[in-house]
Amino acid sequence: MHLTLEFGGGLELLCKSVKFHNVNVDLPKGADKLSMRDLLAWVRTNLIKERPEMFMKGESVRPGVLVLVNDCDWELSGQLDTTLEEKDVVVFISTLHGG
Amino acid sequence: MEADSKPKKSGARLCCVCNQNRAALKRPKTLEQICRECFYAVFEEEIHQVILENQLFKPGERIAIGASGGKDSTVLAYVLSELNRRHNYGLDLFLLSVDEGITGYRDDSLETVKRNELQYGLPLKIVSYKDLYGWTMDEIVKMIGLKNNCTFCGVFRRQALDRGAALLKVDKVATGHNADDIAETVLLNILRGDIARLSRCTSIITGEDGPIPRCKPFKYTYEKEIVMYAYFKKLDYFSTECIYSPNAYRGFAREFIKDLERIRPRAILDIIKSGEDFRISTTTKMPEQGTCERCGYISSQKWCKACVLLEGLNRGLPKLGIGRNQGLNSDGKKDRKRDSRTPSIESKQCGSLEF
Repeated sequence: MHLTLEFGGGLELLCKSVKFHNVNVDLPKGADKLSMRDLLAWVRTNLIKERPEMFMKGESVRPGVLVLVNDCDWELSGQLDTTLEEKDVVVFISTLHGG
Repeated sequence: MEADSKPKKSGARLCCVCNQNRAALKRPKTLEQICRECFYAVFEEEIHQVILENQLFKPGERIAIGASGGKDSTVLAYVLSELNRRHNYGLDLFLLSVDEGITGYRDDSLETVKRNELQYGLPLKIVSYKDLYGWTMDEIVKMIGLKNNCTFCGVFRRQALDRGAALLKVDKVATGHNADDIAETVLLNILRGDIARLSRCTSIITGEDGPIPRCKPFKYTYEKEIVMYAYFKKLDYFSTECIYSPNAYRGFAREFIKDLERIRPRAILDIIKSGEDFRISTTTKMPEQGTCERCGYISSQKWCKACVLLEGLNRGLPKLGIGRNQGLNSDGKKDRKRDSRTPSIESKQCGSLEF
């Protein structure tokens, strides 16, 4: 599944300072859809090059990291249970820095 | 109930305010699902109400906005500018920035403030630690190591803001401290048993009896909403953690608050309310406020904290003023040999604030 991922608020530093990533994520074995839960695991393995604890805590994002799917707060679509579709845009923004 | 077809993720949810547009976020404050336009309106209106109800400003006042180039101060500058125009507050707004001399952090964020100056049309003043105190944070950290950095920086920054405000001849300073910050501070003060600070830290206006009062228009504004506002409005801000902050105690309070927010978002405002309603037992001894003997700044001790810290730096005693019993007169047993590598910089006085 082709997706566009954006990292902001300092998270890009964990992905070698690249903010935008066009990725192709394989669906988990035997599944017919991709959830945010699956995507997060994929991101941690494939995109996060350092300090994964800055991005994730357990199976979700670290508290203080906002997630938007197609410019909508993932809290509206079920957080980890949000299902993704082809060409979706997912944005991760960290709020954990000075203001 | 929903039809049996796969529900469209966000199309099904309408804004609960206008019932027309698709909801874009869930407000932590109210758990409402709201669209972008309604969010902008309610975000701005709530801040406007906070300003009115707490009488933060008077017409004709000159206000310096403490601007670091970060998310809070950038959004504050944007929103205050907008509200000033929309509601005719009659304020003269300025951007005031402090350069602590942290390479790779502050020099980058100052570029952002310079852009904000152009984008928002607000005149900018930058004051630096180097000019004010003779030391950059980088130099300080070289001397004291990686602990207690925030103690030095926070103390120096407070005075630096006042100095800058005096140079700009403003009536007040507005800072971007948000609800999350204040809840963290309440917790920090409880964890440390700092009753004096606890009684002051939730005030939306502070320092009214001092040279320059300060206010926090974002006191009830959630950090998440500030970031979402900036994101949707594409506001330009700088977002990297200060390189010296990972060791700060505040980090623990922040982590806790963030975990709490996940479970019950309202907790942040409730902690602030607890802090506001805290009452100190009448038998508790509280420090009295006076002035520093050396520079005249507000202080509850003979010397203000900045003077104590500077004295420590200049005498090669990095622990002076750190911890509970480390005052000026407790260094009888300390090693008085000055480190020959330490530059003996004539310390500048913290400075008097001429008014």
